[in-house]
Amino acid sequence: MQFAFNHLSRRRFVRYLGAAATFSLLPGCGKRETLVEVGDRELVLHIGNGTEPQDIDPGVVTGVQEYHIMMSLLEGLVSEDPVDLHPVPGVAERWDISPDRRVYTFHLRDNAKWSNGDPVTARDFLESYQRNLTPSLGYEYAYMHFVVKNAEAYNNGKVTDFNQCGYRVIDDRTLEVTLDNPTPYFLSLLLHHSWYPVHMPTLRKWGDPYQRGNRWTRPGRYVGNGSFVLAKWRVNDIIEVRKSPTYWDRDRVKLNAIRFYPIESDDTEERAYRAGQLHITYTLPPSKIEHYRTHDPGVLQIFPFLTTYFYRVNVTKPPVNDKRVRQALAMAIDRESIVKNIMKGGEIPAFNLTPPGTAGYTCRAQLKEDIAEAKRLLAEAGYPDGKGMPPVEILYNTLEYHRTIAEAIQEMWKTKLGVEARLVNEEWKVYLDSQRSLNYQVCRAGWTGDYNDPNTFLDLWTTSGGNNETGWSNPEYDRLIVQAAATAEPQQRLEVFQKAEALLMDEMPIIPIYFYTRIYLQRPEVKGWYSNILDNHPYKYMSLETPK
Amino acid sequence: MSAEFPTVTQHAGEIEPGQSLWQDAWHRLRRNKMALIGAVFVALLAIACFVTPLVAPGAYEKTNLALGAAAPSHAHWLGTDILGRDMLSRILYGGCISLSVGLAATLVSVLIGVLYGAISGYVGGRLDVILMRIVDIVYSLPFVVFVILILVVFGRNIVLLFMAIGAVSWLDMARIVRGQVMSLKKQEFVEAAVALGLRKRRIILRHMIPNVLGIVAIYATLIVPSVMLLEAFLSFLGLGVQAPMSSWGTLINDGRKSMEEYPWLLIYPSLFFSLTLFSLNFLGDGLRDALDVRASKD
Amino acid sequence: MLRFIFKRILESIPVLFIVATVTFFLLHRMPGGPFDTERSMTPEVKKQIEEYYGLDKPVTQQYFNYMKRLILHGDLGVSQKYFGWTVNELLAGSLPVSIELGLEGLLVALFFGLIAGVIASLRKNTAGDYVPMSVATLGICIPSFVTGPVLILVFAIEFGWFNASGWNFPRDRVLPAMTLGLYYMAYISRLSRGGMLEILSQDFIRTARAKGASEQRIVWKHSLRGGLLSVVSFLGPAVSGIVTGSLVVETIFDIPGAARFFVGAAFNRDGPMLMGTTLVYAVLVVAMNLLADIVQVWMNPRLRFE
Repeated sequence: MQFAFNHLSRRRFVRYLGAAATFSLLPGCGKRETLVEVGDRELVLHIGNGTEPQDIDPGVVTGVQEYHIMMSLLEGLVSEDPVDLHPVPGVAERWDISPDRRVYTFHLRDNAKWSNGDPVTARDFLESYQRNLTPSLGYEYAYMHFVVKNAEAYNNGKVTDFNQCGYRVIDDRTLEVTLDNPTPYFLSLLLHHSWYPVHMPTLRKWGDPYQRGNRWTRPGRYVGNGSFVLAKWRVNDIIEVRKSPTYWDRDRVKLNAIRFYPIESDDTEERAYRAGQLHITYTLPPSKIEHYRTHDPGVLQIFPFLTTYFYRVNVTKPPVNDKRVRQALAMAIDRESIVKNIMKGGEIPAFNLTPPGTAGYTCRAQLKEDIAEAKRLLAEAGYPDGKGMPPVEILYNTLEYHRTIAEAIQEMWKTKLGVEARLVNEEWKVYLDSQRSLNYQVCRAGWTGDYNDPNTFLDLWTTSGGNNETGWSNPEYDRLIVQAAATAEPQQRLEVFQKAEALLMDEMPIIPIYFYTRIYLQRPEVKGWYSNILDNHPYKYMSLETPK
Repeated sequence: MSAEFPTVTQHAGEIEPGQSLWQDAWHRLRRNKMALIGAVFVALLAIACFVTPLVAPGAYEKTNLALGAAAPSHAHWLGTDILGRDMLSRILYGGCISLSVGLAATLVSVLIGVLYGAISGYVGGRLDVILMRIVDIVYSLPFVVFVILILVVFGRNIVLLFMAIGAVSWLDMARIVRGQVMSLKKQEFVEAAVALGLRKRRIILRHMIPNVLGIVAIYATLIVPSVMLLEAFLSFLGLGVQAPMSSWGTLINDGRKSMEEYPWLLIYPSLFFSLTLFSLNFLGDGLRDALDVRASKD
Repeated sequence: MLRFIFKRILESIPVLFIVATVTFFLLHRMPGGPFDTERSMTPEVKKQIEEYYGLDKPVTQQYFNYMKRLILHGDLGVSQKYFGWTVNELLAGSLPVSIELGLEGLLVALFFGLIAGVIASLRKNTAGDYVPMSVATLGICIPSFVTGPVLILVFAIEFGWFNASGWNFPRDRVLPAMTLGLYYMAYISRLSRGGMLEILSQDFIRTARAKGASEQRIVWKHSLRGGLLSVVSFLGPAVSGIVTGSLVVETIFDIPGAARFFVGAAFNRDGPMLMGTTLVYAVLVVAMNLLADIVQVWMNPRLRFE
């Protein structure tokens, strides 16, 4: 290097370096066709999909992101209507229900094929269900099958002969499922991925089908029966699926490919959308909602979603072991203000737990925001104007808006009731551990329904409920939940839930705060994608129609 | 030869030279305008930060949800955040934590890092190998695990925050000082000192360390911003400040989430942060110049 | 020198061993496990899963099993977060990305950092000093999570020159490398300025100047090697951090690098991944420090390998 500079004076040397620095900064390119413009032309949909999927084997995973991908690759007996998700024929072209509503007979269509060309048979379903229930697989969602006769017993090893379970292959095209109780939501359960079939020969080829860690879910290996086939999977980068040539309803499928991007940061995702890299985002940062609402309302999608944001209260810890204190705290939260000023996404203030309209159920027992009453209750509990009350600790996992909400509630309790609160944030797994071991007083929580029925919100709070985590136990409540499961008449059943939830709202082991909304961006050329309460979107109905 | 030799002969003649070094440095620092401005700014800011809690207690947590994030106005000079809290109060409150963290990290890295590095570099041999491999080990252990375990074992305590930050802030310093000392060791004035039979401790403290102080001053000012942001990460893990208290790191971190909508939430905390760092850097440069044993004899 | 390298490699074995052992046992004291989610699983399911991953065995036995597989087969185990993948596969896929990004960032940082530092030292206390040094200070004051989005907003969204995220085309490298480089540039320029000033005030430089050596000669021939000593000491450990990925940069630009594994492993309690990433990092730290020490000797002829 040194001789190259020998002829330069010191001043010129410095100038030379400065110029080099400037030139290397100039990128020589202009506006290009964006990814979505190319996608619109080639019918390729670009979707933000939250986080990297843990796997795309329906017998292993539990998350929503995984579900969104598997939905394109696999299809169950029934499929969902894209608008309101009511069950429509999937692999089964029709089904019969016995008069006592306990036996379902599914008739499979004869043109249903796996992506390797094999026909999809009743045996495929039976074997897949057996796999999901096999104890050694340790499948978390096995309980989605527990409405079926002996499924639970097989799953926990009490029955070892699968023939005793309520699944029966009558012939290649006919599958019979026998339930313990008439279950009004059974067909909706079938939409869940725990009821998807898998291609067992493929699983056997790449590992043990009855153990985790099977390597069959790679591009080139994955055999599915859905409208799309797996084409590419680069971890933390992209999953691409292409239109399946063997799918029975392939003529309806308009998209040639879908690209799922696991973009974890909502800000990054929103910028990618703006730069023309995504048709649909997974979410939208709350701070951006206002901007889109005023400047680009056409792309902003806000829809109610089957999730409730609430606080768990540890009923074993003073002072919140006193029901009156819990009620007072619940009454002093200005939910409208939280929803309007902090969340800004059209969330609905929650005065009970189950989102209104869940399978025709809207809770009648409603919590009241009543400061005078709250003060009275607090005084009755021995803390007039909060005097003498030890500070309440609010635990939350570290996420900005959990903190903001907790800060707002802290102020509300302080100014309205004179109750001091302390905020405690913990990293996710530590927070889960604290919650599970009841090492908290008040704790932020959320619950998403597994299926569209109040049961998925209310059976949490039974004494033996694995997700109770409040220390609350009420024999009457436990009895009501069992009674509801055994009640055949739908309206009567909902009445039982009314009673149960009224009890829950009086005892207040939980303080509901708001019902979530799904908020995301969607480009106008995306057609056939409808917002719905479970946030499921069958891809086979979707298309990209650029306005001329 | 002239530059070092006066110092060395002074040592040899058992005249106390330490004072003259510091006096010299102080004299030179005072003449450096930029460094002085920096020092005065940091001092004023520190006073403002530590006095605010006394003058306006609780101002940082008073919410006004209806107001929400409002742009700077007469009532709130630097605007308000999403919960309608006054940003100026939050920044000044946050300064307490951030400045203390910066100070603590600087102290630890200077005290432990410099001594550790100097000993390792000067003594060399087996001791150097052991000390440097210890640095490698501490460097490699996963910090997140360490922090979470501290939390689980000791509970949340602001002292632990300083411990965690201290534990990592001296490592780079030790390596840098070691490198400098190793090269200084071979210089004539040290060899002369050795030849004169001075003890190791004396050589390290009186000859090595003063000669590396310049680079130490620079690196110490570089540590400050990184630990201030590290503090924000630690509060993410639950170890730092607890809401509704703030620090500059957490404020900046929050502010970037809405940098397009509410730029003042990012700009003002960043401004305080940057001005402080600029001041510290000028001060650091000034100290470096002041402590430069050789340049001083020009 | 070969003996020196060989000796250091021998020394690094206990380092790696201690790091692996300490990490393994610390990991098992952390609250929460890899399979804990918001929904609790039934005890039966939990038992099955733990059995599959060998988590039901005593920790010491797990440790010996792990070390055995690691040493005999170089097998880092199966990820407990990404069920269908081994740690070896995940790291093999993501580390090259991080290394590429890291080296590009480092190049940016070294190029601009050294230029700024050297110029500033030559023009001490003039505008030519204050301007580059102020820019450098800005590089530290403005954290990457602010520079990154600002660069994206300006160059990707306003001008449309680049993609806002992703890692598919050569041009996708530009903004992330700038963001990463800007931060390290600040360190490099400040350290090099300080080091150069130190050297420039030494006798032999004055002697050289007195003899009428040209300024370039003084810079290139006499000062650079000594002046950049502290930069090298700093870069040793820094490089291991840079090439294993910056979580902030990789998240902002949605880059499929290794940083998410390096940081995520602890958060996910993904034991094998945590062990794998920690070991890779430790190997890099040891290797880079060795490299730094070698460069240091090469830069200072008075030093010997010892």
